[in-house]
Amino acid sequence: MNAKPRRVAVLGGVRIPFARQNGPYARASNQDMLTATLDALADRFALEGETLGEVAAGAVLKHSRDFSLTRESVLGSKLAPETPAYDVQQACGTGLETTILVGNKIALGQIEAGIAAGVDTTSDAPLALNDDLRTALLDFTRARSNGQRLRAISRIRPQQLVPETPRNAEPRTGLSMGEHCAVMARDWGIARGEQDELAAASHAKLHAAYEAGFYDDLVVPFLGLQRDQNLRPDSTVEKLSSLKPVFGGDDGTMTAGNSTPLSDGASAVLLASEEWAKQHEIPVQAYLADAQTAAIDHVHKREGLLMAPAYAMPRMLARAGRTLQDFDRYEIHEAFAAQVLCTLRAWEDPVFCTQKLGLDAPLGTIDRDRINVHGGSFAAGHPFAATGGRIVATLAKALHERGAGSGVISICAAGGIGVTAILEAVPTGEAGA
Amino acid sequence: MPDRYLTLVNAPVGRALATRVGLPRPPRLRRHRPGDPVVDGEVLLGAPGTARLVSAIAETLVRVGADVATPLDGPVRTAAAQANLDAKIFNPEAASRDRRFRALVLDATSIDRPERVDDAYAFLHAAIRRVRSGGRVVVLGTPPPDCDEAAEAIAQRALEGLVRSLAKELRGGATGQLVYVARGAERQLESTLRFLLSARSAFVDGQVIRIGAPIGDAETVDWTSPLAGRAALVTGAARGIGAEIARVLARDGAHVVGLDVEPTQNELRRGMQELGGTALTVDITADEAPDEIAALLPTGRVDVVVHNAGITRDRSLARMSEREWRTVLAVNLTAPQRINEGLLRRDAIASGGRIVCVSSISGIAGNAGQANYATSKAGVIGLVETSAPALGKRGITINAVAPGFIETQMTAAMPVGLREAGRRLCSLRQGGLPVDVAETIAWLASPGSAGITGSVVRVCGQSLIGA
Repeated sequence: MNAKPRRVAVLGGVRIPFARQNGPYARASNQDMLTATLDALADRFALEGETLGEVAAGAVLKHSRDFSLTRESVLGSKLAPETPAYDVQQACGTGLETTILVGNKIALGQIEAGIAAGVDTTSDAPLALNDDLRTALLDFTRARSNGQRLRAISRIRPQQLVPETPRNAEPRTGLSMGEHCAVMARDWGIARGEQDELAAASHAKLHAAYEAGFYDDLVVPFLGLQRDQNLRPDSTVEKLSSLKPVFGGDDGTMTAGNSTPLSDGASAVLLASEEWAKQHEIPVQAYLADAQTAAIDHVHKREGLLMAPAYAMPRMLARAGRTLQDFDRYEIHEAFAAQVLCTLRAWEDPVFCTQKLGLDAPLGTIDRDRINVHGGSFAAGHPFAATGGRIVATLAKALHERGAGSGVISICAAGGIGVTAILEAVPTGEAGA
Repeated sequence: MPDRYLTLVNAPVGRALATRVGLPRPPRLRRHRPGDPVVDGEVLLGAPGTARLVSAIAETLVRVGADVATPLDGPVRTAAAQANLDAKIFNPEAASRDRRFRALVLDATSIDRPERVDDAYAFLHAAIRRVRSGGRVVVLGTPPPDCDEAAEAIAQRALEGLVRSLAKELRGGATGQLVYVARGAERQLESTLRFLLSARSAFVDGQVIRIGAPIGDAETVDWTSPLAGRAALVTGAARGIGAEIARVLARDGAHVVGLDVEPTQNELRRGMQELGGTALTVDITADEAPDEIAALLPTGRVDVVVHNAGITRDRSLARMSEREWRTVLAVNLTAPQRINEGLLRRDAIASGGRIVCVSSISGIAGNAGQANYATSKAGVIGLVETSAPALGKRGITINAVAPGFIETQMTAAMPVGLREAGRRLCSLRQGGLPVDVAETIAWLASPGSAGITGSVVRVCGQSLIGA
C-alpha cells in the first residue's frame, strides 16, 4: 500500500438522457440502461476490452433478480469481463458514494482506474407479492402434511392478489419524501415564490447549457431520446406559480413544478490515477479532493429528513481547511426546491450553525450565480442513483473548462443521509495529459 | 357573587346562544397553578434592526424553557444563537394556517424615528391573528425621556397607542403590554417578562410598565421561591384581597406577617396559621400604630410591606359626613404614609425592601359617590411617586397596584347594573379575581423587580375607566 494517498483524477462521465416515469424508457430495465451507459463511457474513452480496477454502481429500486446488477451489466458491456464490480445502495447518495468508493481505492493505490455509476427506473419497478400471500405460500412449501398445506392455502384471500408497489416513503416515519420536505419547508420558513424561482432557473440553465453544446459529450442518446425529457425551456415562475400544492396540505408551498419528477436513467464516471490517465492519454478534468457523508436522526430527534448535507458540509470544510465561500461552482442536488433552500438557509442561520453544527459563526451565504450553473435535477430529472454521476461529470467538465478553481457537491438522500464532495480543477498549464 | 353571565356563555348552550345573538362572550382567564411553566406554548420573538433588549429577552426565554421562534431577520437569529436559544423560524409567507403562538414578544428598541414604527406594525400585523386564547403580547421599548433624539422619543412614545389598541383588539383573554426599559437596565427585565408572559398577569392588560436602573444591590433570584427567607407585612390580611395577597406571598416563600383590625382577628389568626405566618391585631389609624407594628415584627424587620387595608364609605360629596370623609382618608392614605415613616425611622425595612400600596382606578379616574375613597387612592399614588427617590437611596422600591373591578364581597354588594357595567367595561369583559391583584403585588415584591419603582400598575383588564 502507498504511504501517501494519490490524487484521484476525474476523467469524465456520460449519461443517457433522463426520461420521465413511464416515458420512452418505460420498458427498459436497470440493466439495459446501465449497460448502455457503460458502453457509452467505453466508447468515449476507448475502454473496449479494458480491464478496470472495478465498477461500483447501484440502483435504489431494484428487482430481486438484480442482486448483482452491476456485475451483470459489466458482463454485458464492452468492458473486459475480468472487470470486478459490486452494487451499492445509498438512496439518492448512491451515485456520489460510488465515486467516493472508487476514488478512495485509487487514492490508496489499490486500483488504477474504475467506474462509478448509478441507474434507476421508476417505470420498470419491481412489484412484490402481498406479504400475507407471500408468507402463506412459504408456509405451504414448508408444510409436511396435507392438513398443514390446506391450512396455509386457506389463509389466501382475493385481496392479497394485489401486488405491493414500492413506496416513496421513509420506512420509519411512513411519510413520503415530499411530506418530509414539506415539514422542513415549514420549519425553515421557505416561501412558495423562492421555490418556484429556483425551479424555473434550473430549467433555463439546463436549456442554455444544452444550446451551448455543453452536454454534447456528456449525454448520449438512448431509445430515441436526445435530451432530458423533463426539461421545459419555456418554464417560468408565472407558470409554476399556478400549480397546486402536492405536499404539505392545501396551504403547502411544494408543487410538482418545484419538486423533482420520478424519472428513469443512468450515469457513469471514469476515475483513475494520474499515471493511468497519462498512459491512456486521457486528459484529467478535475481531482476528487475530499468527501464527507453524514446522517441525521429524523426518527427520534425529528431532524429534517433531508438536512444531512447541512451537517456533512462543515465537517468536510473543516478538514479541507476551506470556507463555504471558497468555491467557484456549487452543485446542490435539487430534490425539492425547498430542500435546497432549507440547506442554504441552514448554512446562513446563526442558530443552526452554532447549536446544531457547533460552529462559532454561520457558514454564510453562497453566491446564487455559482449554484447549479448548468441546470439541476428539476430540469434534468432525478433517477435516484444516477444523479450523483450526472453531477460529478457536469462539475468536472465545468471545472475543466474554467481551467481553475474548485467546486463542491451536496446531495441529500433518503434515510436522513447526506453526501458531499469537493472537486478541484486541473490548473491550466499543469499537464493534464 | 359569581359572574353568572361568564359561566353561562362558557357553557355549551349559552355559548351557542351568545354566538347567535351576538352577545359578548367573556373568556375564562387562565390563572397560574403551582408547577405551571411560565409559558406553555411557542413564543414568537421579534427584534427588527439592532435591538438593545433582545439578548436579555432571549436569555430569559432560555431560562424559562420556552419554545421560541423568530422571524428570519439576521440580528434576532444571531441574538438567539448567542443566548443559546434553539429558536425556530417563523416566516408568515410560508407558515401553515394553524401555526399559533402563546406569546409575541417584540423588542422595539431599534425604532428610532416615526417611519420605523412600521417595523412594529409589520411584526404585529403578521402575527397578531396567530395569538392563542389567553396569549400575551409584550412590546419592549426605550422610555421616551431616555431617548437621545427627539425623533426616537416620538417614535417610542407612539408605541403606547399601538399597544393599547392591540390590547383592546385581542380576544380570548389575550393581553398586550408595553414595557419601557431604560438604557443600562436591560438585566432588570427578567422578573417583568416572566410575570407578563405567565398566567400570573391574567387581569393586567394594556399597561405601560417602566423599568429603570436597579434599586439596591443586585441579587440572584430563585424563581421558584423568590421571597424565601423574607418577611412580608400585609395590612388588611384577614379576608378578601388581603388574604389572597398573604397566600400568594407565602406561596412565593415569604414569612407573612398579617395585620388586621380586632373584629377580624379570628379569621386572621386562622389564615396566618395556615400559611405559617404571624398575626398582628393593630388599628393602623391609631397614633402609636407604627411603633406597635415595629415592636411586634417577629425579627424586628420586614422585607416587603403591602399596604392593602382599605375601606369605603360611599356617598356623594354633598351628603358625605366629615367622619365618612376622614375615616376613609385615615385608613387608606394617612396610615400607609405613617407606617412607612415609622418603619423607616426604626430602619425596620431592610435594604432590598419592597413597598407595594394598593391604589384603585377610582384614584386615577375619580368616581361619583367615592370622593373620599378616590382622594385617598390618588393620594396613595402621590405617596408612591414622592417617596420613590428617597427610598431608592436606601435600596427600597415603592410601587402601587390599581385594581379595577375585582370580584370581592365589596363588589358583590353593588347594585346589579353598576356591577355588570363594572365587569363588562374592560377589554377582558369580566371582573378580576383577588389572586390577580395578589400576583401583581408578588411580582413587584420580588427581589427581581429592583428596576421598578414609583410606578402604578393597573390590574383592571384594561378598564375603560380612567384609561
